[in-house]
This record gives sequence, C-alpha cells and structure tokens, in this order.
Amino acid sequence: MATEDYAIEVKGLTKLFGQLVAVDHISFQVNRGEFFGFLGPNGAGKTTTIRMLTGIIKKDGGEASIMGYPAGSIRAKQLSGVMPELSNAYMDLTAWGNLMLMAEIYRIPGNQAKERAESLLQQLGLYERKDSLVSTYSMGMRKRLVLSMALLSNPQILFLDEPTSGLDVQSVRFMRALLRNLKQEGKTIFLTTHNMDEAAEMCERVAIINHGKMVALDSPDKLSITAGRVYLVDVSFDKPVSKEMLSNLSGVNRLETAQAIEAADRLRAQQAMAGVGRPGGMGGGQGKMQQTQMAGGPNSTGTTIQQPKMGAGKMPGVETSKDHRFRLYTDNTTLLVSSLVDFSRANSLQMNILNIRPPSLEDAFVRLTEEKSREK
Amino acid sequence: MKNSFGIIDQIIRSWAIVKKDMKIYYSKGPVVLMGVMFPAFMFLAFAFGRNMAIVSLMPGLIAISVFFTCSAIAPITMPWETQARTLERLVSSPLAIWTILFGDMLASMLTGIIISIVPIIIALAVGTTIVNPLMLLVAIILGSVCFATASLIISSPPASAPQYSQMISSFVKFPLIFISGVFVPLSELPGFARGICFISPLTYFTDLTRYATGGENYFSIAVDLLAIIGFTVASWVIAVKLHNKTLPKRI
Repeated sequence: MATEDYAIEVKGLTKLFGQLVAVDHISFQVNRGEFFGFLGPNGAGKTTTIRMLTGIIKKDGGEASIMGYPAGSIRAKQLSGVMPELSNAYMDLTAWGNLMLMAEIYRIPGNQAKERAESLLQQLGLYERKDSLVSTYSMGMRKRLVLSMALLSNPQILFLDEPTSGLDVQSVRFMRALLRNLKQEGKTIFLTTHNMDEAAEMCERVAIINHGKMVALDSPDKLSITAGRVYLVDVSFDKPVSKEMLSNLSGVNRLETAQAIEAADRLRAQQAMAGVGRPGGMGGGQGKMQQTQMAGGPNSTGTTIQQPKMGAGKMPGVETSKDHRFRLYTDNTTLLVSSLVDFSRANSLQMNILNIRPPSLEDAFVRLTEEKSREK
Repeated sequence: MKNSFGIIDQIIRSWAIVKKDMKIYYSKGPVVLMGVMFPAFMFLAFAFGRNMAIVSLMPGLIAISVFFTCSAIAPITMPWETQARTLERLVSSPLAIWTILFGDMLASMLTGIIISIVPIIIALAVGTTIVNPLMLLVAIILGSVCFATASLIISSPPASAPQYSQMISSFVKFPLIFISGVFVPLSELPGFARGICFISPLTYFTDLTRYATGGENYFSIAVDLLAIIGFTVASWVIAVKLHNKTLPKRI
C-alpha cells in the first residue's frame, strides 16, 4: 500500500492498551515537504501515534509507512529525526558527546558529522557550551540540543512533539523561526502541539484527533471557518445599553458583558503568569482579527448614528458604565451587523467600536473535540 | 551516510552503544571497585581460617572477578536508560533491539576482560603459574561473553527502577558462587552442590581457569567450552526474545 509519493502514509492505524483503544483506525497522508500539524487534547492519542510512526511502540492494526518504508523499520528510522516533548539526551555526556553518539548510530562519516555538529551547535546557540555536560543545561538548551540531535543526520522527515512547550518567549520565537527554515529546506515536518496559534501559523494542514479518532483534517483556515462557525463580535456603544435588549437582537447566539470579558482576561493573565496557560494557547483569543472599526459611528448607509434622545442617556435595565461594551457570538455576521445598525439607529446610539473576529483554529479545535466528547 | 541495513551494519552501529556504555557506566569508580574489591573481599573471606594454599584460590579469584564485573552493569543498563528516557532515543534511531543489547553485552564483556588483568597480576604475584595462557585467554573471553549475555536476561523485566534489577541480580549471583566451585574445588563440594553445579555457567568457567593455572579440572575441556558456548547462545536467544516482548511496556 505504501507509496513513495507521500512522506507519511497511515491507513487504519490502531493501538490498544488492554481494553483501551488509544488510537482507533486513523488514516491520513502527509505530503513530501509538508508542514503537518497533529492536534488533540491530552490523552487523545497524539503521542501514541507519533510513537508508532517512529517505531518506539508497535501498532496493533493498520498500516503506516515513512517515505514508502514500513514505519518502525530501520530504513524508515534512518530517514527520520525525532524530537520528543521531554529531553532524552544523555545527561552524563556533553552536547558534543551526544551528537557524536548520534553520528555513530546513524553512521555519518566522521568529518561530515563534525562539520554538521559544529554548524548545528552554532546555529542553535550551543557551541560555546558544547563541552559542558547536558546535566548543567537549562530546559531551553536541552530542547535545542535534542533538536540538533534530531537534525544531525539531515533527515527527510522530522517528528516534533511539543517543540516549544515550556520555553520562554525568546526561545519559542527562535524555535519557530528555525522550523520555518527547515520547512523552506524542503523537510517534511510532523508537529504535535497544544498551541493552536502555533499550528495555525506554521502548518499547511492539521489533523485533529480526539479519543483516538480523527475528527478533522484540513488547512487551519478552512477548519477554522467550517468547524469554528461562531464569529466573535466586540461592540462598544457611546452610552450604556441594556444587556437583555441586545441579547434579543437577531443573529446573537450568546452575549458577554464587559465584566465577564474582563474577568476572563484577568484569569488568562493569571494563568499566563503562573505558567498554566500556554502563550496564545487555549482561550488566548489571539486569532487573526478582521477589524471593522466604526469610530464615529457610520451606519450601514455611511451616515453617522445620531446621539441618543433619551434623558440622562440611560436605558431601562442598565446598571453600570461598563454596560457600554459587549462581546457577541454569532454564526451569521451579516444578520448581526445589520441588527446592530438598526438597533443603534432606533436607540440613537453610536457604535464606537465594532470588531469582528473570524473563528480561530482554537475555536474549531474546541468545538470539534467538545462535540465528540459529548457524543461519547 | 551508509545505506546498507544488514546484520553487519547493525553490528557496526552497536559499537556506538559500546562507547556510550563505556563512557557513561563503566568508567565510573564504583563499577571498577565492584569488579576488583568485592571479589577480593570474597577471596579473603574464603582464604582466612582455612588450611588452603593461597595459590589454589587464585583461579576462583580470577573467575569471580570476571563474573562480577560482567554482571555489574548489564542488568541495570536498560532500567537506567528507561528512567532517563534515553532508551526511547535509542529505540527511535536506526537500531534493532538486538543491536542495543549486543552493544550492552560487548561493553560488559570488554570491561570483564580488562578487569581480569587485576586478579591475574595478583595471582602471578603470589606465585601462581599460568601453564596454559592461551586457554586462560579463551576462557576469559568466552566467560565474559557468557556472563554479560546472561546478565541481559536479568534486565528484561520492564522495570524502570535500576534497584529492582540489582536486587534480582544479587539474588541470582550470590548463590552461584557457592555452587560453582569457585573457592572450593568441585570435587570437595557437598553432594547436593555437585548435583546442581552443572546449571551454573560459572562452574565451567572456574574449571577452565583452574585448568589454565595448573590445577585439576573436574570436567573435560571440551565439556567446559561447549557448556559456556551453550549457555551463551541460550542466554542470547532468551534475552532477545524477552526484551522484544517487554520493551514496549518500558516506554
């Protein structure tokens, strides 16, 4: 079944741990030179799949091939580089010692190995510390070393398991830039990550796995639109507005007040400070913004929305000044924007801000994985 | 990069494992001490208070040194590497499981051979005559391969704690000293010990060493050599099968 047209070809791949079906008949192909994301919540089967593809564990069913060779075969391993989530370099060896060990295992001729090791260590900023024991390295340095070990044999396929997790911002940027360069060099990259922004930014296609089953496979943009569905609209009025009236508008699926938005932002900031959240990860809300700023309040016909006629500028049911700002969720932006314009006109309101954010990959991910979880 | 993927290719790759094991495990002081000091203490324990010529105990000292050195690290390499996650690194690289085991065995064997020089020097110093140096060399090489291979079986249970394998190792090794005619010649062992001594590869190795140093051998040389080779082959087959079975449970 294996064809050399694909870098990775998987058909009905299955793994059981006792009664648990960890990976359940998944199928997909990764093209040569493609940057492919493999996403899923914790325990979904990502690492099990990557371990089967790299020959660390054996499959219980189905087929998988790497560059036309059976996954796990010596030939397939020779063509692959693996960077696991946790460092697995030898702590009692130096960086140079680890690289030379890999060179001998991959049978890279001596001079070639030394040149490549030097180049990689310089490129990854480890050259000055090449003779230090790995046990003295920081987490970021260990990650970079493990990547250089994976790259030493100049593999055609790279398996990267959470390459940026636990790294500081500078290291994350450095790692992403490096991965982009590798992609440009024509390497096939198989990436697992929890970071949706990273996947959306770097991957040409992403597969989403949940409870061992594939639930989606497409480009991040297409997945965001088709599976994310719900658009997020931030709106701010020049005067307080009743939450109830706004939530009754056509096109509004759900509404959040300014207080709720601020509370969510505070929680997110606290999580980021505590290292719980991942940069730009779940709930990060840092998707690409399609911003339609309506400061000055042009309505749909281009005219300025009139100032309110009501006395004291307050509507019934309005309690605080924070009732100026809302976040609306909709699956029909045209209808919602039209409703908002009509609402503003009818109530003599001016929209200071109208931000429309399309669904992100994160929205699609959450929707797909939650839907499947509910179905179970 | 070489593109042949046969047995020879794997044997060449296993040399990387040998070098790695030598650097990380066998060059450490405690390992060397275990191979030299422990047999020395055992030797002294047997030598004192008994009316035996020191020279007659030398084959036992050589045998036990090789035995303990070869079985010191091999049983714990796999659990150790499981714990450090480096086993995962090796398994995802172009190495067969048997290649990793072969490398571990070679490293253990080489250390055993090198360490055997120490008791040989001691033996020569106390007046032992090596009447058949070639046989002694053959015995040490074959014995080292045999003990190192047998130790791989002990490392096969899928435990990640080296202490677990260490415990099994001690549980197996110590009784063998007493039934293998190490310090007491086989002919002088009690009946039950003589009845079961044939199950220990150390018996045949000690017998060969005794022969090479001018002592009286219990079995014929052919039996000793065939028994050691037989134990080695059987241990290798069992070790590879067990590790193939248990490795997925480790990682």
